[in-house]
Amino acid sequence: MKELSVNHLLGIKYITKDDIDLIFETADHFKEVINRPIKKVPSLRDITIANIFFENSTRTKLSFELAQKRLSADVISFSAAQSSVKKGETLIDTVNNILSMKVDMVVMRHSNPGAAYFLSKNVKASIVNAGDGAHEHPTQALLDSYSIREKLGEVAGKKVVIVGDVLHSRVALSNIYALQMQGAEVKVCGPKTLIPRHIESLGVTVEPNLRKALEWCDVANMLRVQNERMDVNFFPSTREYAQQYGVDLPLLESLNKEIVIMHPGPINRGVEITSEVADSGQSVILNQVENGVAIRMAVIYLLASKIQ
Amino acid sequence: MSQKVLLTAQEVTIILHRLACQLIEKHSDFSNTILVGIQPRGVFLAERLKRILEQEYKTPAIALGYLDITFFRDDFRRTDKPLEANKTKINFIVENKKVIFIDDVLYTGRSIRSALTAIQSFGRPSVIELLVLVDRRFSRHLPIQPDYRGRQVDAINNEKVKVSWKEQEGEDGVYLITS
Repeated sequence: MKELSVNHLLGIKYITKDDIDLIFETADHFKEVINRPIKKVPSLRDITIANIFFENSTRTKLSFELAQKRLSADVISFSAAQSSVKKGETLIDTVNNILSMKVDMVVMRHSNPGAAYFLSKNVKASIVNAGDGAHEHPTQALLDSYSIREKLGEVAGKKVVIVGDVLHSRVALSNIYALQMQGAEVKVCGPKTLIPRHIESLGVTVEPNLRKALEWCDVANMLRVQNERMDVNFFPSTREYAQQYGVDLPLLESLNKEIVIMHPGPINRGVEITSEVADSGQSVILNQVENGVAIRMAVIYLLASKIQ
Repeated sequence: MSQKVLLTAQEVTIILHRLACQLIEKHSDFSNTILVGIQPRGVFLAERLKRILEQEYKTPAIALGYLDITFFRDDFRRTDKPLEANKTKINFIVENKKVIFIDDVLYTGRSIRSALTAIQSFGRPSVIELLVLVDRRFSRHLPIQPDYRGRQVDAINNEKVKVSWKEQEGEDGVYLITS
């Protein structure tokens, strides 16, 4: 039987199509497990995992914690806001201190791109990247593809448009890698100021017009406008953004076909999508959250099986 | 590598009928009994027994589930081979039911130990019994014995007992393989 080609999940860039297939197959089994009356398996009872979040997160942190607990791992969680990082401790020192408490795996979110990669080279533990700056967020991309596969049968050959704040988005980059690896076609759509220059070099096309993009696609992944990362104004006003790049029900219904609406959360309701769209039958946003737990269980299980 | 026939197709058929009769003797109409095939290889035996019971002995329809034990095994990270999961399909609650675990070969008993833990995710059965086609003697790591056994076999450690099924390998039979 197969195993992952990597010992860490640092980004989609570092894994293969076979890895993605294996993660999805394993997630199928865990999805069945989390729908049982007793939603827990004892596989990881001798594994300790540290969740280190140097950046705020609700959904990802909860999802990882729940996945770890469903696998019976021991979990310690830590947020930078309450830690010695504030006192000036370096990243390696912080993590090595945690590792001396015999931790086997570290799930880390950090605002610096490459932080997870850096850590994997310098400490002895299996590292899972839960988001590093505007670089990658691999488990989000995996659960997005998994949700597309669940809704549409397969990812290969599908047309996906990523709408909005691509510039600040780690979700966008991981999604582009993951979707292309599985044979999907990817477009990005958004205000010119929020589309990185030379993004075509990743093999995606840019479509500035939202209606055209939606008419082309099977799936629209609506990214959150990351106000907290914007030090200057990238668009004149939120209202104008919503008019140009927000999806509302009349727009959705005027398309010539039914498309799938995704959002990595948290939603700015009325900005990227309106409430009616978020709660409509075409939206798979809550499925994404459920699948997130199954995908993270699969990733953690498969990585843990490689720990010596 | 040499291969010796332990049970021919005809012997397998006779044994399956005997096992079916033993089940009827104990469980009569199966109204409160559930068959659970242990993935992957116990499933064929469980399906075959269900078919024999329903078609040849005219019992009412019997509930059948498949139980995968991969995530409940005690050798996670202790074997060189990665563990491969299979599908669990149990569409009922086993609370207060009589559960019969069905597997092809009983060897160390560790799979059954895992299955005993795994089944708890679906409720608390009133009784759990174990049916195996082949019981390898002298090889148990745990105090687990079958309630119904097809054939008892003495095999030493470097020998392997292989059960083949018509549905899967093209013919029924049990073989002893020496490497």
